[in-house]
Amino acid sequence: MNRSYRILPTYTGDVSGACSALFELGGMVVIHDPSGCNSTYNTHDETRWYDRDSLVFITGLVERDAILGNDQKLVDDVVDAALELKPRFIALCNSPIPFISGTDFRALCKIIERKTGIPAFYVSTNGMHDYVIGAGNAFAQIAQRFVADGAPRARALNIMGVTPLDFCTSGEVQALHDFAYDAGYKVVSCWAIGSSLDDLALSAQASVNLVVSSTGLLAARVLRERFGTPYVVGTPVGTFSQVLGAALKEAELTGSCAWPCRDVREPAGDGSACIVGEPVAAGSVAAALQRDAGPMRVVCPLECEPEMLSNCDVRAYGEEAIEEALAGASLVVADKFYEPICPPAARLRVWPHFALSGRQCFAQERDPRLS
Amino acid sequence: MLKRLGPSVVAAGDATAPELFASKLEFNPPAHGTWNIVHIGMLVPEAHQIYVCALNCMRGVVLTAAEMGARDRFSCVILKEEDITKGKVEEVTLRGISDVLHKLEAHAGLPPCVLVFPVCTHLFLGINMAHVYRELEAEFPDVDFVRAFMDPISKRRLIPDQRLRKVMYDPLPACEADPRLVALLGSDFALDPDADLRILLAKGGYDFRSVHDCATYDEFKGLARASTMLCTYPGGLFGAKKVSARLQRRLLYVPSSFDYAEIEHHERELCKTLGIELPDFEAQRALCDEALERVRVVLGSAPIALDAVAHPRPLGMARLLLEHGLNVTEVYLDAVNPEEADELSWLRDHAPGVQLSSTVLPELRVAPRVRDRKTLAIGPRAAWFCGTSYFVNIVQGAGLWGFAGIRTLARLMLEAWESPKDPQDIIPRKGFGCPSCF
Repeated sequence: MNRSYRILPTYTGDVSGACSALFELGGMVVIHDPSGCNSTYNTHDETRWYDRDSLVFITGLVERDAILGNDQKLVDDVVDAALELKPRFIALCNSPIPFISGTDFRALCKIIERKTGIPAFYVSTNGMHDYVIGAGNAFAQIAQRFVADGAPRARALNIMGVTPLDFCTSGEVQALHDFAYDAGYKVVSCWAIGSSLDDLALSAQASVNLVVSSTGLLAARVLRERFGTPYVVGTPVGTFSQVLGAALKEAELTGSCAWPCRDVREPAGDGSACIVGEPVAAGSVAAALQRDAGPMRVVCPLECEPEMLSNCDVRAYGEEAIEEALAGASLVVADKFYEPICPPAARLRVWPHFALSGRQCFAQERDPRLS
Repeated sequence: MLKRLGPSVVAAGDATAPELFASKLEFNPPAHGTWNIVHIGMLVPEAHQIYVCALNCMRGVVLTAAEMGARDRFSCVILKEEDITKGKVEEVTLRGISDVLHKLEAHAGLPPCVLVFPVCTHLFLGINMAHVYRELEAEFPDVDFVRAFMDPISKRRLIPDQRLRKVMYDPLPACEADPRLVALLGSDFALDPDADLRILLAKGGYDFRSVHDCATYDEFKGLARASTMLCTYPGGLFGAKKVSARLQRRLLYVPSSFDYAEIEHHERELCKTLGIELPDFEAQRALCDEALERVRVVLGSAPIALDAVAHPRPLGMARLLLEHGLNVTEVYLDAVNPEEADELSWLRDHAPGVQLSSTVLPELRVAPRVRDRKTLAIGPRAAWFCGTSYFVNIVQGAGLWGFAGIRTLARLMLEAWESPKDPQDIIPRKGFGCPSCF
């Protein structure tokens, strides 16, 4: 049964994904939830919580208010806090019980915006999806609402889809900037580590967008629609970085989008070598390794869109499906938490992923060939 | 009318109980040492936990187990949107738990006990969990199914951990009582080896046990033989009452306290009930006074902040320290424990300037977390809010009890004052005192 997990943890959920995406942008994120979402987020899904102030709150929803539909308390509490703390925006997130009761978040946002004069929007979440959905929707809202019109400049890009869930060390984020620099590009903004909301608002000045994780795809599409900016999907890894740099230039020149992390890979055939994880990063690592390790199959355990994957890749939701996808593998590249469901004879190359193993990913020693 | 120093702080002299602050949005400080329901459930030896909930809710509990190094004792069933919209939550719950158990059986064998945690969703949809348990018990007759719950939305009633400290003892069977066996129920922490209760019971020739002493599930069930049951932790009292009533055992509620008179009262009650010789209370008091005087000499007028995470009697702790000449300036708590009404009253009269501060209100997210003087914190939240490296790292009262507990606290205060710790490394760790990968 694909809902049951004997031993594999679950990935970060959509609400945490939204919070992570918006963490550094000066807004106020409010999760309409009784209690657990905020603690889960800041304990297991957020590396910046201890020493960096960000306005992420829960409403502390109680049974009586949920049953009686007392949304006024939410409105009053959000308005009070917003007038006191003066955030740049207010984002509301859903959770299972308000989802069941059909709370109209878009209407609540309109009321809150009118009362505070602060832009308010709903990030479509309900606690039942993974972080790709939550972070993706949050970034898309920023792209839709806050990016100003502007003329693109040559050799300027936005890095899109950057959260600690996929890039959990400052070195990894710096490597993205270094790659852009080496490829001859100026970084207009990084969505959303190290860039402010004002930086993101200038994103129309980029001539191309680099989507480094699936959380950045929706926003890149919004910018494509609004400004015609092409996007290139891939993460700079090893030898694949050169391919990616060339794809950026090609996209800038032609105005066409490109998916090198998917398209430059050779067909993976029998699945004897598999990489499990977020599909942009996994596809990029597979592309980087294919000359030495042969073609690899990407096993995607997340809610990504079908076009993220090649025909030889596999979407596998849940422990049972992933176990089946790995059944014939002799080489598995994955977070160490996958070890118990890898075939006994398979070799595991450790590729830590914060969105799966949380704080324990820092104790995992990454295979040096995967950087 | 409540006079506030700020929206999130009130002077003790102006405070009213039990609600100190209005309900508003909440943030969550990064101090996670308090035990959650996963930590508590893991106390039952050989038991396996199965949670049934949505992905985002699952994340916190599944990684709690992982950080305990106990992934092999935790499984889950994920609820999806279509389960709700198509009315399949009950079916998925039953089939999912059954499926997990078949997988466990194939890998390492069935556990003797399974703690099942449905969630708020089950509550709101009126899921017939009685039916689910009937089916599971028919399919797995050798497994004890414990009816736990993770429904934080029900916070106006008993909170989930209070109910867990009841249902985790439901497998204890009715049996003949052993008149020389005393059991401790409802405490997440084992009592310290030198805790007064242990010493008194040993002197009286009693065998004293708690879940912490049980290596196997059968040993755990053997706690049912205790003729006298003790409870020292307020969060465990509901469960201890229910269990002792079901098993028809004597229950003594002897909460951990910082009030000499209250400690004496509890010890007298225990000794009278069990026929144990009374200790020398005067000597005990004198030893505590000496220990606290040593602290006063070293700390002088240094500010002390403490929190309700460190101990369920933070106001009593503050009173004890103030009465011994120490300078308690801040207490972090969001409500007053009803058992501390007298302590609040004392603070109001004798230390009206002590600041009582919320730990969750929104403005605290951006409040300065530095103090201009070297500050001693007792408890992880106080340490974080004060930005101090000098802190006593205890939660939920740890194993402190009685006069020995007060002396232990004094020793920990001196150690903390002399040996700074890295708060960023320590404070965010979950479940202090539990097994941990960190």
